[in-house]
Amino acid sequence: MADETMDTDYDVIVLGTGITECILSGLLSVDGKKVLHIDKQDHYGGESASITLSQLYSKFKQNPISKDERESKFGKDRDWNVDLIPKFLMANGELTNILIHTDVTRYVDFKQVSGSYVFKQGKIYKVPANEYEAISSPLMGIFEKRRMKKFLEWISSYKEEELQTHLGLDLDKNTMDEVYYKFGLGNSTKEFIGHSMALWTNDDYLQQPARPSFERILLYCQSVARYGKSPYLYPLYGLGELPQGFARLSAIYGGTYMLDTPVEEVLYSENDETNGKFEGVKTKLGTFKAPLVIADPTYFPKKCKSTGQRVIRAICVLNHPVPNTSNADSLQIIIPQSQVDRKNDIYIAVVSDAHNVCSKGHYLAIISTIVETDKPHIELEPAFKLLGPIEEKFMGIAELFEPKEDGSKDNIFLSRSYDASSHFESMTDDVEDIYLRVTGHPLVLKKREDKEQQP
Amino acid sequence: MSNPITSIKLVLLGEAAVGKSSIVLRFVSNDFSENKEPTIGAAFLTQRVNINNNTIKFEIWDTAGQERFASLAPMYYRNAQAALVVYDITKPQSFIKARHWVKELHEQASKDIIIALVGNKVDIIENDESERKVAREEGERLAEEEGLIFFETSAKTAENVNDVFLNIGEKIPLKNDNSSPNDTTITEDQRINLAASANATSEASSCSC
Ligand SMILES: Cc1cc2nc3c(=O)[nH]c(=O)nc-3n(C[C@H](O)[C@H](O)[C@H](O)COP(=O)(O)OP(=O)(O)OC[C@H]3O[C@@H](n4cnc5c(N)ncnc54)[C@H](O)[C@@H]3O)c2cc1C
Ligand SMILES: Nc1nc2c(ncn2[C@@H]2O[C@H](COP(=O)(O)OP(=O)(O)O)[C@@H](O)[C@H]2O)c(=O)[nH]1
Ligand SMILES: [Mg+2]
Repeated sequence: MADETMDTDYDVIVLGTGITECILSGLLSVDGKKVLHIDKQDHYGGESASITLSQLYSKFKQNPISKDERESKFGKDRDWNVDLIPKFLMANGELTNILIHTDVTRYVDFKQVSGSYVFKQGKIYKVPANEYEAISSPLMGIFEKRRMKKFLEWISSYKEEELQTHLGLDLDKNTMDEVYYKFGLGNSTKEFIGHSMALWTNDDYLQQPARPSFERILLYCQSVARYGKSPYLYPLYGLGELPQGFARLSAIYGGTYMLDTPVEEVLYSENDETNGKFEGVKTKLGTFKAPLVIADPTYFPKKCKSTGQRVIRAICVLNHPVPNTSNADSLQIIIPQSQVDRKNDIYIAVVSDAHNVCSKGHYLAIISTIVETDKPHIELEPAFKLLGPIEEKFMGIAELFEPKEDGSKDNIFLSRSYDASSHFESMTDDVEDIYLRVTGHPLVLKKREDKEQQP
Repeated sequence: MSNPITSIKLVLLGEAAVGKSSIVLRFVSNDFSENKEPTIGAAFLTQRVNINNNTIKFEIWDTAGQERFASLAPMYYRNAQAALVVYDITKPQSFIKARHWVKELHEQASKDIIIALVGNKVDIIENDESERKVAREEGERLAEEEGLIFFETSAKTAENVNDVFLNIGEKIPLKNDNSSPNDTTITEDQRINLAASANATSEASSCSC
């Protein structure tokens, strides 16, 4: 494209339009930085895109079914927006916070997720969303309920400055197991708190200081308190709306966007990929320079290493609600590791046409867990069993990558792969960490001036 | 008694530099500037118009420049109730692009979206008809085939700019008109207003579990 007005010098180049990269672009553009944002693919979102059924078939099946068969079974392709990576937003979590402070809420509509469920001895139970549900929940016996209530009261009344609210516990010294012991909580309640509320995927947290667990439980409770039914929110039209919303924020603040633009070459000082600093990129649209780059791991494979973890995810299309969920239009099911003899929990995220992610009458259930054996698809069996008949299944295994270095040496700041967690809190930690390394100061969210609104 | 205000999302589509932002500026502020850099932070403007005793509030989304390198996000035209597809009558390529956008809207946008095809910069041919590269009839034909409103405009002289919006306004089903339920608008009830409850709970540390 001939465009004589095209600038070649920027403050930041961002490669990849996943949610992490798009939030950073948006924040840096609002800060006044001149951002060039490039994606090699022709759509926003990278691995955090929501894609249509036909795209799913061509991505995951060697022999996709014919268009006619697909349409007769599943309806119009454009009705489908299927997430590759399932996650929910915590209503009181950091992503919600960022959305509100940047006004990206203007571009994306959210609905509450109807319920959160936990698997126990072969059955699923609703995780109580409030004290009334807790009292009637079959998850705990009557005495255990009282102890649980005491524990939750401690969580909500805890104040750092007021020692008497600590009840003699030190969040930085006592382990979470010691905290449970103090309240006399039994194993099955511990499992329920640790996995369904603190959302730990394994039991390592028990022997670690209690503070992170405390904070997670508090976040869970505050998120439930916010809208009632569950702590989770989900955007209409799928998670792929989030990167698009932040990209628009960036564009409104002067960010330049180029999709479908592969990076042909990365330029380094002294032409030295190993020891040089980032200088710019060469693309079909020209050469662009910036003193630093933010990118997802796929743009710099040599500068990333495997975390050793692999996540298996199975996207299941259903033509019925998930059994035993009161026909909920959306939900999460957690299968705690100990219930199925594993080290890591299995998550199921369910959304439906109520969220404009599939055609009428369909449901999408995405199962995920960290791979533990050499037969990962068999590891998902307990989850498949809960779903009832499955119309179509797409399975993929993703290796998780992280940067080898922090970017201070080469000015290349890389994000981490999206992990196996069921929400966005670790992603926003990554955003805040990269923001700090790039700008030298921590992210402070302030309400954006309302420049868009006219009287 | 006044009738309720009907808000509609209107998006602009078309090749870069055909005059989309200029048309909005003319409509909203009755202004024009020759070499205007896009205003940073301004890509969402509102303008109210009265049509037959009803107030219509246009919520106008500009592209924020994302059309320049084919990087407009689908979310941009999602749920739009009206669209201006703009081309420059002195640039044939921009008319080809307009055709593409009409097709894209029919495939991806709400099915009852109201589309106006707009051939901009007619002031240029006032003195020199040879500058015209897209015949008026070509625009009319495309509009006829696809069921679009059609105008040739000038953001510079203001010719026909208001008329485009008024014409769209007349075709919009009104809020108090029960006879035409708009099935593309999702019912508000279950949606969460994140921004509205932000202040109320950000301080709250009480736990209702
Ligand atoms: C739900 C889902 C989530 C994804 N999330 C991410 C992500 O977070 N990050 C990321 O970078 N990429 C992700 N991907 C992309 C995906 O993992 C791979 O990039 C893509 O499948 C191609 O990888 P590959 O060719 O290396 O083959 P692999 O993914 O290793 O496998 C190729 C195919 O073999 C099949 N297969 C492999 N192992 C098994 C098994 N044990 N049982 C049954 N079938 C098997 C799968 O159907 C898969 O499509 C995801 C894909 C899916 C389906
Ligand atoms: N002569 C003339 N120039 C126009 C008209 N509308 C826009 N322009 C000019 O065309 C250029 C691009 O306009 P702009 O509104 O930024 O286009 P956009 O990229 O489609 O938003 C600017 O230099 C405008 O001044 C018009 O009606 N007549
Ligand atoms: Mg413009």
